[in-house]
Amino acid sequence: MVVEVQPPATETAGREQRTKRAKRLPRGADLVIWLALVCGALVMAFPLYWMFATAVRPAAELFTGKFDLVPSEFAWSNFSAAWDKLPWGTFYQNSVLIAVIGTCITVFINLLAGYAFAKFSFKGRDVIFILMISTLMVPIQVILVPTFMVVSEMGLVNSIWGVILPRGAEAFGIFLVRQYLVSVPNELMESARLDGASEFRIFWSVVLPLCKPVIAVLTIFTFMWRWNDFALPLVTMQELSSFTVPLGLNFAKGLYYTDWTGSMAMTLLSIIPMLIVFVIFQRSFVQGIASTGMK
Amino acid sequence: MTPHTTTTATPSAPASNPARRRRLKQKLVPYLFITPNLILFTLFMFVPIVGSFYMSLNDWTLMGESTFVGLSNFVGLFTDGVFWQAFANTGYYVAGTVPTTMALGLVVAIGLNRQMPGRTFLRAVYFVPVCISLVAVGLISLWIFNDSYGVLNNLLRTVEIPTVPWLSSSSWAMPSLIIVTIWIRLGFNMVIYLAALQSIPTELIQAAKVDGATGWQRFRYVTWPLLAPTSFLLVILNVIFSLHVFDLILVMTNGGPGFSTTVLVQYIYREAFQTGEMGSASAVGVVLYLLLMAFTLTYWRLSRQSNNAA
Repeated sequence: MVVEVQPPATETAGREQRTKRAKRLPRGADLVIWLALVCGALVMAFPLYWMFATAVRPAAELFTGKFDLVPSEFAWSNFSAAWDKLPWGTFYQNSVLIAVIGTCITVFINLLAGYAFAKFSFKGRDVIFILMISTLMVPIQVILVPTFMVVSEMGLVNSIWGVILPRGAEAFGIFLVRQYLVSVPNELMESARLDGASEFRIFWSVVLPLCKPVIAVLTIFTFMWRWNDFALPLVTMQELSSFTVPLGLNFAKGLYYTDWTGSMAMTLLSIIPMLIVFVIFQRSFVQGIASTGMK
Repeated sequence: MTPHTTTTATPSAPASNPARRRRLKQKLVPYLFITPNLILFTLFMFVPIVGSFYMSLNDWTLMGESTFVGLSNFVGLFTDGVFWQAFANTGYYVAGTVPTTMALGLVVAIGLNRQMPGRTFLRAVYFVPVCISLVAVGLISLWIFNDSYGVLNNLLRTVEIPTVPWLSSSSWAMPSLIIVTIWIRLGFNMVIYLAALQSIPTELIQAAKVDGATGWQRFRYVTWPLLAPTSFLLVILNVIFSLHVFDLILVMTNGGPGFSTTVLVQYIYREAFQTGEMGSASAVGVVLYLLLMAFTLTYWRLSRQSNNAA
């Protein structure tokens, strides 16, 4: 309330002071809250630390039954030993292909459809839109059997396309793009239309550049879902040579049995790509969740 | 691009024709834009959804022929004790995960909405489990909750509390899954609540402060009512997430011990791909689908009523 009355010059000074205050350790009740949040964060981070600590520990140390947090030494050979037990190279190749191709296709067609739903009026628009959005509620397991039948009729069992194509029917992106474009003024597209640009050209050189933030969000999320996908590949990818990384991990669970160092080493490797994406795009990530959540 | 320009530029056609053709084309454009999605949705969503309704009325094994059996798949379900157990387990899981993740998410969001050292980093730590695959989470949890060598029981032994048979006892397996789910989903709820908290004008809180409202009163009478739309959305999202849970349970317990962690989607998977009873699996799918619809519609109507009343 007081800040509003102050002239702009002191307002910036106030902001500087505030950032300085943010860096100092809080006091009193604030300190208690801060400590509680830090403890909570330690609990949240612990499972990931424990995965790492197990992956690099000498295997013999696991079965002492004692509570020791830090490995006595680093046994990096755990990784190569676990890697050699299964064709992980193939699993990663399949996963990367599915995630990259799947993300490109999904994002592109979502942008096309989202744009059409936001900026054109046509017969059946609302019905089709609602039908598509309502599929967000359908659990994949409910339609897993008939989806598998469609995939196998098309001869796509064990093919990466048997995962990429069904997952292209993704309503989240259509919804996101539509919500985003609805608030963009029509004038930009109208003036391009008056200049005689074709509709696809307008989409390509007017709409897409406008969509940059939403493309970022969409790409990250789609990549994450494709990379982590499990239920659909579980039924359509039946041969070891077509397994993805999550399928490999699930398979390894039975195979490695009590080899927890190996299991944790492979788990750690599998989440590193997502962790990198998360660290780089953290802001878009959070923004994406927040903006879809708000609308 | 090019065909469009050539049509408009055709000199021999009568004056009205290119214009009409262009208008027709203009009408077709949005359909062309949604065509790729429409094809994929039809093949992999609409056909399977209709298919699952159709299959639920048939006796259908993975390789064999199908015969129409009317509602007998549903009768079979409702007389199957395992189905009801899966039903109850699903309720248990939803009740155990939805309020807890929302409450914790809100508490952390309120905490992290104030100025403090390392705020961005803390937010990231709470949020990071959201982006990890459920199979990976399942494997990590299997190891942490391991009866003999898991770190949790090691810790309990160190402080001389009796150890807990986490995943090997039918009464502890579900609570273990719920704990893991809270870990996964807390950050998601936190982020959405944080966004909502930041959209509350600070003047409102300040005014309440000036009026002498305590911290709790400010929360109860200013913040909480303004968060209502967010909480509404989160209830729906969290219930849907909880009803969809599959990967985590498959990896951690595969529905066991016994059927103590078999939820409805687990039951569908078992019936379809392990027993081979496609018809009965689809019937469970239909039940689940109707449940979701009923839940969303009732909840939506209830909240609209309470909004109108207020």
